[in-house]
Amino acid sequence: MEHAIRISCTRRNLKVVRDFVSDFLLRYHLSDLLVNQIILAVDEVVANLIIHGNGEDESQFLDVRVAVVNKEFGIEIEDTNLTSYSPASYHEPDLQEYVRIGKKGGVGMMLVNRIMDRVEFTTHAGHNLCRLYKKLG
Amino acid sequence: MKITQQSTENTLTLSLDGELDASSSVVLDTELNKAEILDNQKVLIDCRRLNYISSAGLGVFISHLQRFQDAGVKLVFFNMQEKVHNVFEILGLDSLMTIVPSEAEATAI
Repeated sequence: MEHAIRISCTRRNLKVVRDFVSDFLLRYHLSDLLVNQIILAVDEVVANLIIHGNGEDESQFLDVRVAVVNKEFGIEIEDTNLTSYSPASYHEPDLQEYVRIGKKGGVGMMLVNRIMDRVEFTTHAGHNLCRLYKKLG
Repeated sequence: MKITQQSTENTLTLSLDGELDASSSVVLDTELNKAEILDNQKVLIDCRRLNYISSAGLGVFISHLQRFQDAGVKLVFFNMQEKVHNVFEILGLDSLMTIVPSEAEATAI
């Protein structure tokens, strides 16, 4: 993928990645709604990897690569932490229950799964790779 | 994230300016967590300058909603940009929370 950025694992870089994706998508003249949805899905995965995957360890890095092929947006997010996300263990939460118990987190992957057409997490040779895809119309 | 407060009798209005993400949402959480906020009958959230919200921002509202309801405090959002409202819609939160178009409608609730 031609467009790439490497960030250290700090929450301050969430905005950096959002701006990177936003700038990349500008050339495709998409609706504000679609651009915001894609940025949101990317932000959710990057936040999970920074906070939960890498424990906000600024010595660790995420490599982010984006492309559009055949009118489909694709993004790869790669890291080398030992904790890998298992999508098979994910169950969509009951939001009314979350409201009742006052739960603060846990809806990020729900957004990602509802927004993106395909969500893939793989681990190979110590590298975790998340790929997200979205048709652009 | 910049939060401006305006208080009238029994109503607190919080105007959000900026982006609510996993980095900035702690500021909002601190404001909503204050005990005295429950002294109001209504807490209005002005979203005119809220340009972005992620699950971390949504989570702050989700986590306080029941506490507000138990205390009889109405939480009402208004002036929400379409792209921000869309995020609430994706999760169905627009049916769990009170979102109205204008300040006048928020005040009338």
